[in-house]
Amino acid sequence: MRLVRAGRIVADQYVRVLDDEPIPDGVPVIVPAARFLADAEEILRREAPTGVLWPNNRRIAELAPHLDRLALVALEFPSFKDGRAYSQARVLREQFGFHGEMRATGNVLRDQFLFLMRAGFDAFEVVKDADAAVFAEAVARYSVFYQPAGDRRIPALRARLSLGTPALCERV
Amino acid sequence: MTSPLQQKLRITGPVVVTANRLGDGAVIYRTGGGQWSTRLEQAEVVTTAAAATTLLAGATADDINAVGAYVAPVRQHADGGLQPGNLREAIRHAGPTIALPGVI
Amino acid sequence: MYLYDDLDRTLVTERAAEFRDQVARRLSGELTEDEFKPLRLMNGIYLQLHAYMLRIALPYGSLSSDQMRTLAHVARRYDRNYGHFTTRQNIQFNWIKLAELPDAMDDLARAGLHGMQTSGNCVRNITTDQWAGVAPDEIEDPRVWAEILRQHLTLHPEFSFLPRKFKIAVTAAAHDRAAIRVHDIGLRLHRNGAGEVGFEVVVGGGLGRTPFIGKTIKPFLPKRDVLSYVEAVLRTYNQFGRRDNIYKARIKILVHDLGAEAFAKEVDAEWQPIKDGPLALDPAVVAAVAGHFRYPSYEALSDNPPELAKARASDRRFATWFANSVTNHKAPGYAIVTLSLKPEGGPPGDATAEQMDAIADLADRYSFGEIRVGHEQNLVLPHVAQRDLLALWKALDALGLATPNVGLVSDIIACPGLDYCSLANTRSIPVAQELTRRFRDLDLAQSLGRLHINISGCINACGHHHVGHIGLLGVEKNGEEFFQVTIGGQADENAMLGTLIGPAVPYAQVADVVEDIVEAYLELRTRPDEIFLDTVKRVGIEPFRERVYATR
Repeated sequence: MRLVRAGRIVADQYVRVLDDEPIPDGVPVIVPAARFLADAEEILRREAPTGVLWPNNRRIAELAPHLDRLALVALEFPSFKDGRAYSQARVLREQFGFHGEMRATGNVLRDQFLFLMRAGFDAFEVVKDADAAVFAEAVARYSVFYQPAGDRRIPALRARLSLGTPALCERV
Repeated sequence: MTSPLQQKLRITGPVVVTANRLGDGAVIYRTGGGQWSTRLEQAEVVTTAAAATTLLAGATADDINAVGAYVAPVRQHADGGLQPGNLREAIRHAGPTIALPGVI
Repeated sequence: MYLYDDLDRTLVTERAAEFRDQVARRLSGELTEDEFKPLRLMNGIYLQLHAYMLRIALPYGSLSSDQMRTLAHVARRYDRNYGHFTTRQNIQFNWIKLAELPDAMDDLARAGLHGMQTSGNCVRNITTDQWAGVAPDEIEDPRVWAEILRQHLTLHPEFSFLPRKFKIAVTAAAHDRAAIRVHDIGLRLHRNGAGEVGFEVVVGGGLGRTPFIGKTIKPFLPKRDVLSYVEAVLRTYNQFGRRDNIYKARIKILVHDLGAEAFAKEVDAEWQPIKDGPLALDPAVVAAVAGHFRYPSYEALSDNPPELAKARASDRRFATWFANSVTNHKAPGYAIVTLSLKPEGGPPGDATAEQMDAIADLADRYSFGEIRVGHEQNLVLPHVAQRDLLALWKALDALGLATPNVGLVSDIIACPGLDYCSLANTRSIPVAQELTRRFRDLDLAQSLGRLHINISGCINACGHHHVGHIGLLGVEKNGEEFFQVTIGGQADENAMLGTLIGPAVPYAQVADVVEDIVEAYLELRTRPDEIFLDTVKRVGIEPFRERVYATR
């Protein structure tokens, strides 16, 4: 597994805390959702950054009260074919305005990188090293996007309008 | 016929393992040597669930050559000749039962 | 029709390039089949019995003559010289090689064609009425909305891994020719009491293993809100649709389990935060899309010109075809022409490469270069001047595309069935062929009136048998092919599912059974113009059941 952020493989500063382990001080941690919610106030008193691993079958709204104090939310793809976390990601970014790191975890593969980015993910736990190495290339595959999404690119419908004439267009 | 890709492995007679060739989708059969052939008579025939499972496992792992491997029935004649064991396999073996429109 | 601009063309080209890379990685083994399969499905590539099958999207059934020529080219260069038009207004090629697909995709991309999202757990081809834009009874062109939705839902990052496939249909006429009530989302453009035009939103319709007629969750949605509302429906489905059982994964199951009212509430909760955001459609955006549609510059003509009247009076065969295959157009002096792809003995919905090229030429000459595909698996030339009908008919007749059986008993809708499809229990094409032979007498077919036979080779119902006037469903019993027979289904604004008339009948008898049903209808109808469907409604299925099973 490689962590990719800003198009490059980076070291992961976050420590994954398992359900019954003690939460270490002074390091960024990712805590499983149930454990976090059981003890949220206490956990959020930490000084080091805190993140939550949120399952793909729980509503983001449950996490809402804590978002302003969370540095990271990790969302899950148990299989790359299970697309629930794409909706969670967009709700988290676009409706709850979460500005922290939003990390894609689980079965994260190359052919979903661009979808993930557009849904608002900015960090990726990539399963295959080879995929991680080509992240930047994979997400440059497309220059045209039809719909607005979490990445704030201008969608085609608006690009046409802003340019006035249908025949010309601007690459995004 | 109900897609065999959704069936549990239950052997009631001689079977082969069949799949489609990756590059062009042609119908192929697993041979005794762990290869593939488009000719049914070269298929390895097994008669127990254990042997079929082994044969299928090898075939499935070979996904650089073959796609969608599964266990299919065959009929064996006294002289050793092989025929497809049901209508679905007969159609896969011989092609559609109708004349294709594009034949000039 | 919709003309691609640079943005549209770039997207399709980039998609083809991405696919070329994905195929290379599959052939080299870098991608396993498990990883590759959803990717190839999202480009419309299935693995079937004999070979790969490529399904090409014909957005809302519209294509240009150049695009038709490209399809002919693909048929010749990469396939076996023919293609099959489907019940969702797409085209399928049955013999494509994976290794050649990247080249085929490039050729298609040059014509603005692709296989994007014609398979996979994403939003499929959005279908509409094959008479869209020219039907006298529509309130506006539904294709504009189909195109707005198509763009929005193409490579949508949030909705590319749904629990299951998702099908949307749009209609804008009182008579629903797009079967919107048996789609995941059906949209009906209509006028409310205040004279405003908006959408009725119907959700959770579908055929297959558990057929349902859709439920109206929003009787009137302003046009401005259609994108955000569809987004809310999809977001609800993406999060709460079942993923544990593929037979229970469609939105129709979710709607049924929650109930329409509770489902509508969920959608509303998703919708409220987004309805006034970037998805709110301002008229300028809609106008920009509508502006990409080119409509013909119709001449100022009169209905029933002398050439037409003379031809009808003097040529009986032409007159028969005219009465059957030609419909009223909203522009005076013009007509909508249906090309029957159901010749006697032919596989329903197929066309050869030669026919495709010829149709392209005829479209250029007589239909402003435009062709439509209908979900009945026939083609349409939507802009034919009435004075040209005789010349057109002669050309179509020579091509075998003028069988005057549109909407009649021999205009059969059939899935490819076990001759091609790996999901099938039974064959369907030979059954359809045999039925066209049994009912080859066109005078008889005409006297029977409108009678839709739908054949599906398995419960996935790609032949839409549930909504056939007579529906045949292929099942397997002890390794043999059998058919369940239903009657009384319909797909339009009064959509309903057919009723099973009795135990499944063997393959060898199914054509006889259909003949028995038709004979019973002839005896039971009170007037020659009482169509089969109405007779069934009036007398019920009992008399038909008796007739079919009296000696079986």
